[in-house]
Amino acid sequence: MRLEDSPLVAVLRDPSHMAIFDMEQWDLAIRQARAANLLGRLAVWASTPPLRDRVPQWVMRHMNAEISIVEKQTTAVHWEVKHIARALQGSGIPAVLLKGAAYAAAGLPAAIGRSFADVDILVPKADLAEVEKLLFLKGWTTGNISAYDDRYYRQWMHELAPMHHMIRLTPLDVHHNILPETARIQTRPELILRDALRLPGYDKMFIPSRTDQILHSATHLFHEGEWHHGLRDLSDIDLLIRAYSSEPAFWSDLTARAADLNLQAPLLHALRCLQRIFHTPIPEVPEQLGSVHGPVPRWSSLDAVFVSGLASVHDSFRTKWSGLAEFVLYIRSHWLRMPLRLLIPHLVHKSLTRVERSPD
Amino acid sequence: MRLRELAPAALRESLAKGLILQTGPFRIRVMSSTDEVFHGLHLLYGDFEIHGEGYADYHVRVDRVGGLRSYWRPQITFELDGVHPFLPLPADHAFASFEWGLNWCIAGHAHHYLTLHAAVLERNGRAVILPGDPGAGKSTLTAALSLSGFRLLSDEMTLVDRDDGLLVPLARPVNLKNNSIAVISAFSKDAVFGQEAHDTHKGTVAHLKPSQDSVLRAQEKVAPAFVVFPRWSAGAQTVLTPRSKADAFMHTANHAFNYEVLGRSGYELNAGLIDASECFDFSYSSLPEAIAAFTELLK
Repeated sequence: MRLEDSPLVAVLRDPSHMAIFDMEQWDLAIRQARAANLLGRLAVWASTPPLRDRVPQWVMRHMNAEISIVEKQTTAVHWEVKHIARALQGSGIPAVLLKGAAYAAAGLPAAIGRSFADVDILVPKADLAEVEKLLFLKGWTTGNISAYDDRYYRQWMHELAPMHHMIRLTPLDVHHNILPETARIQTRPELILRDALRLPGYDKMFIPSRTDQILHSATHLFHEGEWHHGLRDLSDIDLLIRAYSSEPAFWSDLTARAADLNLQAPLLHALRCLQRIFHTPIPEVPEQLGSVHGPVPRWSSLDAVFVSGLASVHDSFRTKWSGLAEFVLYIRSHWLRMPLRLLIPHLVHKSLTRVERSPD
Repeated sequence: MRLRELAPAALRESLAKGLILQTGPFRIRVMSSTDEVFHGLHLLYGDFEIHGEGYADYHVRVDRVGGLRSYWRPQITFELDGVHPFLPLPADHAFASFEWGLNWCIAGHAHHYLTLHAAVLERNGRAVILPGDPGAGKSTLTAALSLSGFRLLSDEMTLVDRDDGLLVPLARPVNLKNNSIAVISAFSKDAVFGQEAHDTHKGTVAHLKPSQDSVLRAQEKVAPAFVVFPRWSAGAQTVLTPRSKADAFMHTANHAFNYEVLGRSGYELNAGLIDASECFDFSYSSLPEAIAAFTELLK
């Protein structure tokens, strides 16, 4: 089954589609949504009238179950944000919540039924050591990581090694940039920090501006190579665009901002995938974006690879090309991440340490 | 249609392409080409309803792992729709892995229920919940009760329906370990066991076939009446002593699979359950005396 023809994508394009599903379509939609971490989003839509009365009872049981998880995670994120703010209190250091945590904390359009595994924050690079110290004093540590991994993160990455709170065990990623220091594309995180919006109820907690929410999510999706979350991330961007694009200056602001941040390429990929898969209403923007680098093809072979990457999340979407597409995307994410003179030694080290650890 | 109406060859064929099995409120689509899962279902699930087509709540699969290793030490893996939650196990653990995998599916996803780590049985329309610490003899007692005219709702997990606070049957086989297998074989000539799996993380395990009455009535929910904490010890007298409700509440909450997930509703369901139940500690060493005590309790 092509991703574009799947019951899951039909719902993501138009939630009211759920009213006309037959039993087989529901069976598949639930499985596909669960695999793509999107069942919570479907659950919130399904339990909203008038759809609620048109969804079969057995489906509603899955949906209610999922809503419990969504509510629990939302409560947990608010609680976590409060603790992070407390840890940094008095330092004057601003922290910008990213992606899922920002959506949930500020009730953004992409908060609907959003699942997430960790909280991500962005802080000024100059304050990184201080932030790490303050968080450590309140119980966040990176735990037992090897000296190699620690150095890898500190020297080359855009974030510290993942931290966990010692008591609550909650994960926290502290970023000072949205792309690795070694990445082929360099952006300007100081602009994201400068233009962030204050989170109501806090002095020094922020969320990215509307355009930056979209640009960061697109950058994350097309650079980090986490394709098992790809469909969910693309759905987030779809919801943000549908909510924000009614403002007259939205598209010109977005394209101008993409140019300022040097993030035209990920935005362009995101918009083409959104048009293709989600039927997101997008005007003539791709051409404007492309004018920087010359004419923009309406669809490229790389886009087809991205769609295969998005489709790798559930067996029902997989084709004979899926394996190859995943391999290409794996290579691409590393290619974008760092130059070969750093990448090759890194992959060799990783493959050797994996062999050593394999007995457990 | 009941599973026993399928001839062995038809059951194997069905399992190869996916057999939809009804256990209480869940429809499970099972795929497996292993002998162990075939024999387990054939021996123990005969009375269960099956469906030719339609939806399933969980799509599970237990099959051999390929590769070179399969020639000298064959392994199987449990899969929920593309997700492999456990490391591969020796091939003769396939049926046990199916049972544990199903528990994992329900405990990890079925948050439409508050799921307690406890057995539950019914007699005269009254349900008794048996939370069990490891080694407390919960499964042995559950097996003996289910072979003595008590209806089995579940051995491993008690499901409390969020819609009405009632207890929901699964009526799946009882998982017995090590000495308990011989104890229950000796206890009742009606005990039917599946094949033993040796050297699992729980030692030797075998599953006891649920009574036909339990399976046929697996759509009948029951109101909670008793929460009894069993404690087997050698030579112990048969004694039922009241346990404080606050303490019983904390124990069931701490041993629930999804108490935290349900938040406020988990608290309210558990509180409703404990409010509606008389709570006891129960020490015993003799199964016949234990059966007599429970018969008296659920009179």
